[in-house]
Amino acid sequence: MYTQALNTSDADDRHIEDAGRAAAFQARIDAEERIEPNDWMPAAYRKTLTRQISQHAHSEIVGMLPEGNWITRAPSLRRKAALLAKVQDECGHGLYLYAAAETLGASREELVDLMLAGKAKYSSIFNYPTLTWADIGVIGWLVDGAAIMNQIPLCRCSYGPYARAMIRVCKEESFHQRQGYEIMLTLARGSEEQKAMAQDALDRWWWPVLMMFGPPDQASQHSDTSTMWKIKRFSNDELRQKFVDATVPQAQYLGLTIPDPGMKQNADGHWEYSAIDWDEFKQVLAGNGPCNRDRLAARRKAHDDGAWVREAAQAYAEKRKHRQVAQAAE
Amino acid sequence: MAVASISVSETPLVLYTLRLADDALILGHRLSEWCGHAPILEEDMALANMGLDLLGQARELYSYAAKVEAKGNDEDKLAYLRDVRQYRNLLLLEQPNGDFAQTMARQFFYSAFADLYWRAMMKSGDATLAAVAAKSEKESAYHLRHSSEWMVRLGDGTAESHARAQAAIDHLWAFTGEMFCTDAGERGLVDAGISVDPASLRSQWLRTVADVVGEATLDLPSSGWMQQGGRDGRHSEHLGHLLSELQSMQRTFPGAVW
Ligand SMILES: [Fe+2]
Ligand SMILES: [Fe+2]
Repeated sequence: MYTQALNTSDADDRHIEDAGRAAAFQARIDAEERIEPNDWMPAAYRKTLTRQISQHAHSEIVGMLPEGNWITRAPSLRRKAALLAKVQDECGHGLYLYAAAETLGASREELVDLMLAGKAKYSSIFNYPTLTWADIGVIGWLVDGAAIMNQIPLCRCSYGPYARAMIRVCKEESFHQRQGYEIMLTLARGSEEQKAMAQDALDRWWWPVLMMFGPPDQASQHSDTSTMWKIKRFSNDELRQKFVDATVPQAQYLGLTIPDPGMKQNADGHWEYSAIDWDEFKQVLAGNGPCNRDRLAARRKAHDDGAWVREAAQAYAEKRKHRQVAQAAE
Repeated sequence: MAVASISVSETPLVLYTLRLADDALILGHRLSEWCGHAPILEEDMALANMGLDLLGQARELYSYAAKVEAKGNDEDKLAYLRDVRQYRNLLLLEQPNGDFAQTMARQFFYSAFADLYWRAMMKSGDATLAAVAAKSEKESAYHLRHSSEWMVRLGDGTAESHARAQAAIDHLWAFTGEMFCTDAGERGLVDAGISVDPASLRSQWLRTVADVVGEATLDLPSSGWMQQGGRDGRHSEHLGHLLSELQSMQRTFPGAVW
């Protein structure tokens, strides 16, 4: 029903019918009803969600790489196990999200292929390198923290499978956030070297984390329809502000300095941050971040090196099926 | 301050417990190297699961070794501040991941052993080891099932996967004999009912392995030569590199708490 009709009069009828359906659809959204996979939905809604959910899934999977970089070097057995479990959780998030995207009619394979071809985006934050152990603390504290800010409203997203995936994901993300903060607290109470490591990590990650909320509201492309469809409930700048307000006291408690000398608290209690370097953001999105090439290369290598394994699994499954059929025929 | 390796008073029970702990840590570390790079996401999950099980086993065993030794060591000192000659894991487990077939064959050979071993160890006269065994047996049963399924898929999959699985078996076979060896100290523990004689598990291990390898349309090597040395700290060159990565933070920042 979404393909282009060749017969004009049919197309006109379809158009009228779809206009009626679209109105009914919007009424359901306005009534805060959940849209489920078998429900009628406008093609643009399907497309927007497929793009957003798959980008989210790619982010979880590419996001395994910067933290995975420290699993083999984690400084204690407890930290090693916690980090491995955390990165495994992110993989799980990727799986739920690909499954949610598949309910919209896309296959995981085609979505992954788009990402590997560089045609689908993932969160720009994962194009920055993890240089020290403190980066693992900062990622948990701030990157997972920012993800939670973005994702809590998505638990009420109009599309049922996405909303349900987000409820599950948010629980784990808040655990990651606490774990990251606990790493930071340990560093902040440690040696001078450890404190310096913590501050350096905050210095490097602060601005890229603020960019995670996306372009400023005046420049954002997708917000209008996403808001109408209740996919998005807060603007980028609103979420960014919430995040900054929540984070400043946490940094103060750690005794760390947010690398924004111009930051000040306004009379209304909100923390006002300085201008974000959106040129840097654009460069990273365009593929010129410090790790874009490495991240894609690592995902492509895993995919290519694993091809023979996936082929083997498929070949075996087919052989088995044939044998069962042959047995049944005997 | 230089970061010297610790010294460990290796009574038979301490040494024995360290061997088991080192097995779990080194294999767990190898599996964790896959994280983010596996052939499919489901396998990223499974390899991490097995790695986490093994890290959990390692932590309990190191803590117990430290408690028995009672010289102020702890799980992290034992893991991060012993050098390559003090590590006592099986050579099999330190072998590099190689391709996915090599990782699975390593897991399969070891899990087929560990499952039998931990089941027997549930009757250990040492209550702590018996408790570790009870938990580890459940875990290794899953590791065995998972790796067996992959051996069959790879062996009976495509021509390429068959060739890779066979190459993995041929490559790793010589490291399997060490699993069944004991020394005088360990034999004392066997006599005391604290540990079990792994040699008594060999025929059953071979049956399990031969069954799966047969179903996978693969062959076991006929060569009988077996490498040894891991239990005495005579390792392959691979372990030193693994340890230099594993231990880098503790060696760089002496005494820091993380
Ligand atoms: Fe996540
Ligand atoms: Fe997370």
